Amino acid sequence: MTDMLPTLWFVLIAVLWAGYLFLEGFDLGVGMLMKLMARDDTQRRVLLNTVGPVWDGNEVWLITAVGATFAAFPLWYASLLSALYLPFLLVLLGLIFRAVAFEWRGKRDSARWRGRWDWAIALGSFTAAAGIGAALALTTTGLPLDAAGNRVGGAFAWVTLPALLGAAAVVLFSLVHAAAFVALKTEGTVRVQADRLVRRLLPVALLPFLGWALLVQTRSGAPVTWLLVVVAVAAFACAHRFAVAGRDGRSFAALGGGMLALVASIFGAVFPVVLPSTLDAAYDLTVQNASSSPYTLGLMSIVACFGVPLVLAYQAWTYWVFRRRVSEASIPPAHAVTAL
Amino acid sequence: MEALEIARWQFGITTVYHFVMVPLTIGLGLVVATLQTRWHRTGKAEYLRMTKFWGKLFLINFIMGVATGLVQEFQFGMAWSEYSRFVGDVFGAPLAMEALLAFFVESTFLGLWIFGWGRLPRLVHLLCLWAAVGASVFSAYFILVANSWMQHPVGVELVDGRPVMVDAWAVFTNNTALVAFPHTVFGALAVAGAFLLGISWFHLWKRRRDGLDTMGPDGAVVGGGRGARDTADHSVWLRSARIGAVVAMIAFAGTSITGDLQGKLMFDQQPMKMAAAEAACHDGTGFSILSVGDLGSGNCDDITAVIEVPGVLSFLANGDFTTEVKGVDTLLPEYQEKYGTHLPDDPMYGERAGMAIDYVPVMEVTYWGFRLMIGFGAVAAAAAGAALWVRRKGTVPESRWLMRLAVLGIGAPFAANAAGWIFTEMGRRPFVVAPTPDPAGVDGVFMFTAAAVSPGVSLAELMTSLVLLTAVYAVLLVVEVRLLVTYVRGGVASAMPELAGAGDHASDGGKDDGDVLAFAY
Ligand code: HDD
Ligand code: HEM
Ligand code: HEM
Repeated sequence: MTDMLPTLWFVLIAVLWAGYLFLEGFDLGVGMLMKLMARDDTQRRVLLNTVGPVWDGNEVWLITAVGATFAAFPLWYASLLSALYLPFLLVLLGLIFRAVAFEWRGKRDSARWRGRWDWAIALGSFTAAAGIGAALALTTTGLPLDAAGNRVGGAFAWVTLPALLGAAAVVLFSLVHAAAFVALKTEGTVRVQADRLVRRLLPVALLPFLGWALLVQTRSGAPVTWLLVVVAVAAFACAHRFAVAGRDGRSFAALGGGMLALVASIFGAVFPVVLPSTLDAAYDLTVQNASSSPYTLGLMSIVACFGVPLVLAYQAWTYWVFRRRVSEASIPPAHAVTAL
Repeated sequence: MEALEIARWQFGITTVYHFVMVPLTIGLGLVVATLQTRWHRTGKAEYLRMTKFWGKLFLINFIMGVATGLVQEFQFGMAWSEYSRFVGDVFGAPLAMEALLAFFVESTFLGLWIFGWGRLPRLVHLLCLWAAVGASVFSAYFILVANSWMQHPVGVELVDGRPVMVDAWAVFTNNTALVAFPHTVFGALAVAGAFLLGISWFHLWKRRRDGLDTMGPDGAVVGGGRGARDTADHSVWLRSARIGAVVAMIAFAGTSITGDLQGKLMFDQQPMKMAAAEAACHDGTGFSILSVGDLGSGNCDDITAVIEVPGVLSFLANGDFTTEVKGVDTLLPEYQEKYGTHLPDDPMYGERAGMAIDYVPVMEVTYWGFRLMIGFGAVAAAAAGAALWVRRKGTVPESRWLMRLAVLGIGAPFAANAAGWIFTEMGRRPFVVAPTPDPAGVDGVFMFTAAAVSPGVSLAELMTSLVLLTAVYAVLLVVEVRLLVTYVRGGVASAMPELAGAGDHASDGGKDDGDVLAFAY
């Protein structure tokens, strides 16, 4: 039993990342759409309010994924984050700007003020998506790590093809996923625009993600994980058909489901390695050699056993509470603060 | 400059900055939740106004807490990878639990609260706020468990030179954490108290200056005004000022009691920190109120205690007036004997391998950090007491000077908090995980800060992040303060559009009846 714990935690961390990509995927995408799709301020506010009540909760999936990695696989956490120092710095800066911009954007009634924060949201979302994508791709394809798990080759040793592929994969996936989400959550012009965007983007936007999955499969794929790739492609095809048929809900679900299958195929294929070293396979960090003690993992398992279902339950409830579609008509006028 | 120094500056700057937002989030959150509960119970308009006004400021600040907290979660791995590898088995658990059990609740339920006005049933809406606020207090507990383990490692065994958790109960009920937690929460309440008091004072003063409130013949105030600034507003500020003052005083009492307990633990667990807090070279019983000389010289003969209260130090440390508290001169050889005089010749220490270890923390910082914490806290509490007396007739004096002092006073508990942390963290030097001489701790578990930094990360990378993060933080702080000032000056109407406009939703907080959202970004 106790030797299964590291595997269990590997699965759980993969689930956390998948959950993160699913949930924050669309709000990062909505952030980018602020500049790519919305035409005026009201439309931007419609977009913002589709994720308004939930974006912070979505972001905690990232914090939990990182925190759980620290607790369950400290060596993975330490090597990955220090090796990717600059990409994570960019992710953090992006997330910082994005977070404050969400909250502060509407707090002053000035077009210049809002315009600046719109850029902060769009660029912050883009940077975060790209950085996370690069980091995830690299943890599945490898970094130049020495025997102690430290990066060799300088600050930019991570700039490789897989990194770019991963960055493109998450950015583009977030964009379609967001468009599908917006189509599902809005009414009126914005919905029409989003629908059109989904249909146009879908066939191309998922190629980098597929490319990343195939890259991993060709190295260490197993029949099951190959099958998952096939499932994903089928799901994406369905998503496209649903989008064309105007079935927003199904299209969104198929798209998200396809992404989950891809993530499963990637993590499934690299298992039991969590962070390969491109220098020497002997230096690979694996589920066994990077994990915490069985005692710690057992404790964390008990906590997760209660915690994760609870989180899923109340987050689902939030989406239920705010299930209503947002439209340009439902946006109240901007509120200006006038000093007394 | 070495990578280690940069990494330390970066950690110091980012955490101190995070901890500007944190106490306001915790303290004000508790206050706002209490106010909304009062509104729920009594239905009085002024409580709704208070909830909305203070709630708005709470949110503007909250988001900065989130933004800066993110950096913290990544920083251990990015800049302190050796530390993360060493402590991961124990330290990661509370961090992960904090995210899973506290941050999720906090962010999800706060979203429900912000957007749920008029949409959720009132009681449910109120409970959402309590869930969020409760979770932020809970998050403080988890992170303090993590921090306390660095101050006083317990519940572990050394396996192949790494601490491995064997007793989670010991880790989560570490006595260091159990007293640091209430101390920190009271410290947060001190911030909220001064915040309420200063801002309410400003508004009461302004209402008088604008002629809204006047003094009746009996010397009591006559509240006035129309529209957004009506009599209900007068009681908003008056009540807020009282709540603020009372909270500030209770908070100081709380920090004193818990701080006293912390002092006693520190005496057992980190005697060198205790000595450094006193800049005490020789054993003694007196608490220094003023010591002069070159505290930073590390040379004990340069320091003279000018004013000293005999017995008080012993009381802080041990609960009596006679126990001699060990000074630096006594402790130094003890530390050197136990942990060596020089860093081992191990590549993990980089250029520092083999260098002499300086066991004495920077005494200027510890000595003044300790006194500024207590001093600022005491000043804020005394001011709150005076304020309570002064406003008893229902308003505040016309003096502009007093008003400015009250507003300025908001800074005091912030400064006390920062000083407290800087003292605690820098007093741990040269260890990042402090060894513990007391019987309740685990001996032999410690780590020098010099060994903790990421070996693979270059100086240039650390410099880049230090510069970028500091610059971004500076800019955002300016924006945050400006926004807060704008919303403060706008008064209650700044948080209740329905007051400023023609709508009369004032009594139920705006309804989400039609298709228009009651609240939208
Ligand atoms: C005593 C309290 C306390 C202390 C010492 C710290 N924090 Fe903190 N932190 C909070 C109390 C808090 C909070 C009150 O819960 C915050 C502040 C504002 C907020 O949103 O939650 C928060 C936010 C916050 C967030 C964002 C959560 C979200 O998105 O909702 C993260 C990731 C961290 N913190 C992580 C840390 C780490 C790794 C720390 C150690 C260096 C740390 N905090 C010190
Ligand atoms: C509770 C969670 C915290 C943890 C886990 C933590 C951990 C650390 C670590 C790993 C370092 C670097 C190593 C060192 O210099 O010893 C450090 C340094 C520091 N921390 Fe903390 N810290 C926490 C909270 C805080 C807070 C809230 C503040 C201030 C408000 C703070 C202030 C500092 C300062 C000023 C330093 C630099 C000290 C120096 O290098 O001499 N810490 N802390
Ligand atoms: C409003 C007033 C005060 C504030 C805001 C404040 C804040 C803080 C903070 C934030 C810390 C670091 C975190 C921790 O270890 O809990 C700290 C540590 C400490 N405080 Fe205070 N404090 C105040 C008053 C006091 C008083 C009156 C005393 C003494 C009677 C005191 C004694 C201590 C001690 C001994 C520590 C160090 C614990 C250690 O490092 O082991 N504090 N304070």
